[in-house]
Amino acid sequence: MAITPTLFLTIALCGGLGAVLRFTVDTLLTARFGSRMPWGTIVINLSGSFVLGLLTGLLTHSLLPEPWLLAVGTGLLGGYTTFSTASFDTLRLLREGRTVASLANAFGTLFGAILAAYLGFLLATLF
Amino acid sequence: MSTNSGAHIPKFRRVDLALVFVGGTLGTASRLALSLLQPQGLNLPVMVLLVNVVGAFALGWLLTSLSARGPETSARRRIRLLVGAGFMGGFTTYSALATDSMLLTNDGSVLLGLGYGLGTVLVGALATWCGMLVGTKRRTSAKGN
Repeated sequence: MAITPTLFLTIALCGGLGAVLRFTVDTLLTARFGSRMPWGTIVINLSGSFVLGLLTGLLTHSLLPEPWLLAVGTGLLGGYTTFSTASFDTLRLLREGRTVASLANAFGTLFGAILAAYLGFLLATLF
Repeated sequence: MSTNSGAHIPKFRRVDLALVFVGGTLGTASRLALSLLQPQGLNLPVMVLLVNVVGAFALGWLLTSLSARGPETSARRRIRLLVGAGFMGGFTTYSALATDSMLLTNDGSVLLGLGYGLGTVLVGALATWCGMLVGTKRRTSAKGN
């Protein structure tokens, strides 16, 4: 679909909100569980993937207009989840000599997030 | 980095949240602009792949070169929040990576779907490592600062 300047700005601002949400959740979870394992980023990426899977499923069943998927999916959830921090955490753990934790972070997050997106997508078929 | 102090609830400063918001908005706008260049008729989301790999390299470089300059000052903290947590966090995305990988797999292109996911993670890790190397190298040349 064509992206109007208003929609472009809306998606971008939703991304800003998503980034603030990520910063808040990450800070709270890191304060609670420590930074030995990056639980904040893991929880953020799994939960964000689940919701995007759900929204994509709702769009497939015509239960969600496309501008909403763009604003909430591409904008809010795109800004909320992050690949660069997840990748940095993987390298940080590897450099600390914690190979198992590093591999678990890289591949656990990937397969966990794909599974979470699939569960969200399946959930949408129930509506 | 703050230590784990049990029930302590961190305080959020408005200026920190504003820096993350501005960076996140600009990062999302950049990702969106690049994703509009996705070639039609191509199943593989190459622009999201490019965004994630470039963002991984840039964050590796940024965080390494900031910490190589010594303990975190308030100016370095502001750069980390605006450019790192804000821009690079909003620029790169995991939800689109996971959902596209799932959709490709679900549509029957299992190899393409899982290859896209695994490929992004592996190339992204390599890009982060390269960024960290460049960030570390900078320290020796900028040591006089």
